[in-house]
Amino acid sequence: MSAGPQPWRQQHWDWRAAANFLLGGAGSGLAIFAALAAPAAGWQGLLVVALALIGTGLACVWLEIGRPLRALNVFVNPRTSWMSRESYAALLLFAIAGAALAIGGDALRVALGIAALAFLTSQARILHASKGIPAWREPKLVPLVIATGIAEGGGIALALDAALRSQPWMGLSLFTVAVIARALLLGGYLRKVGPALGREARETLTAAGKVLRDTGTVLPLLLLATAILMPQAEAVLTAFAGLAAAHGGWRFKALLVTRAAFNQGFSIAALPVRGTRAAGHATATRRTP
Amino acid sequence: MTKWAMIADLRRCVGCQTCTAACKHANATPPGVQWRRVLDMELGEYPNVSRAFVPVGCMHCDDPPCMHVCPSTATKKRADGIVTIDYDLCIGCAYCAVACPYQARFKTDTASFAYGDPSPAEAQRFDPSRLGVATKCTFCVDRIDAGLAQGKTPGVDPDATPACVNSCIAKALHFGDAEDPQSNISQLLAENQSFRMHEELGTGPNFYYLWDRA
Repeated sequence: MSAGPQPWRQQHWDWRAAANFLLGGAGSGLAIFAALAAPAAGWQGLLVVALALIGTGLACVWLEIGRPLRALNVFVNPRTSWMSRESYAALLLFAIAGAALAIGGDALRVALGIAALAFLTSQARILHASKGIPAWREPKLVPLVIATGIAEGGGIALALDAALRSQPWMGLSLFTVAVIARALLLGGYLRKVGPALGREARETLTAAGKVLRDTGTVLPLLLLATAILMPQAEAVLTAFAGLAAAHGGWRFKALLVTRAAFNQGFSIAALPVRGTRAAGHATATRRTP
Repeated sequence: MTKWAMIADLRRCVGCQTCTAACKHANATPPGVQWRRVLDMELGEYPNVSRAFVPVGCMHCDDPPCMHVCPSTATKKRADGIVTIDYDLCIGCAYCAVACPYQARFKTDTASFAYGDPSPAEAQRFDPSRLGVATKCTFCVDRIDAGLAQGKTPGVDPDATPACVNSCIAKALHFGDAEDPQSNISQLLAENQSFRMHEELGTGPNFYYLWDRA
């Protein structure tokens, strides 16, 4: 490990932590789309896939922690820790999803969407609360992570829709809005965070942003537009639009959590002025061992 | 109230790393883990280059981000300002390590020793409760508490003072009660100009750097 003073890449969270943000973000976004799709045919399938994604992401984190047998301690501090809040949101989401699958009903559907949004927000705030990483602590990252989670979830919903035929018009609209909003938020985030980053972190984020803009935004919007012009290929084009949007978001978050996560290193506000200090009273009072 | 704080006089530090060695000796940290370290910083551009030796470690912040993010409440802040870690509660998620702006936290998942197999001293002092959890500088809290119990003054009496401060050959490191206007720390801060690292983040570090006379 480097000891500074220049910033170096954090070594504590690897692909397992990144997987939680990828799978959990997309899973909670997909749960929102499942809630929107219900009671149309196939919404249960979307929800099961969403829960599987979230569960796999949390399992990846469990594999990363140093004391996995104490994992339940993660629930102890919801007062200040977004990681604890994420755990409670996950618990709530799974409970509501179970009830929704078993019972159904509009109230549970709304509750499901809210719980998924709470989980997604918690994930975004986990990054924001990491004050040691300039690329994460930027407040503009929070809406971006939420938007990309919704876009990724919507993308997977569209991709699965070819088989499940579940998405109503509202789902497609939300997906389109999320993809466009994500691109706009990305621009604002990169403009704000760029000056605070070192060269390597900035270049990594810029490259990740390009993937999100090109593959995650322009390509899916073009595919959706083409689908309107070519109704006979609508299912395939929409599915690929969804996959492209999900890929763009995943690529961005993977690089954000692993490659662009540089700390800020060390710095001093003033240089020492040597050779001018008289022995002070305080120094004189210290006893030597 | 008492608020323990540390001072590093950048004019006096010679970068000898004796404090680093003393910390490792006092706390039996494994290879690669340095709760106290001294950076050799080169600042400016040739030919106007300056060099400074900068001791760093846990800053025992007033508003520690590591404590707020900790999901298990393993990280706590005592009434005297010392930030502690309960190794029995910590789940080793390392969230505190990415939240710390001072890179003061370490996590080792496997036991490691200086020369492969543990020396008798390493074997004797090996603490399995530190594996897979976050660790960091404690301001030698055990020495402080034991010293206080004997009526001694941390920062003045060596038995009640952190090992790094005791070991400093140049009297660059100081420790004391920042709330006591008569303490060594308070007087040094009054007599000199100081700054705290990354102050703009609002964490309120209790580690001051002296750089010139007041």
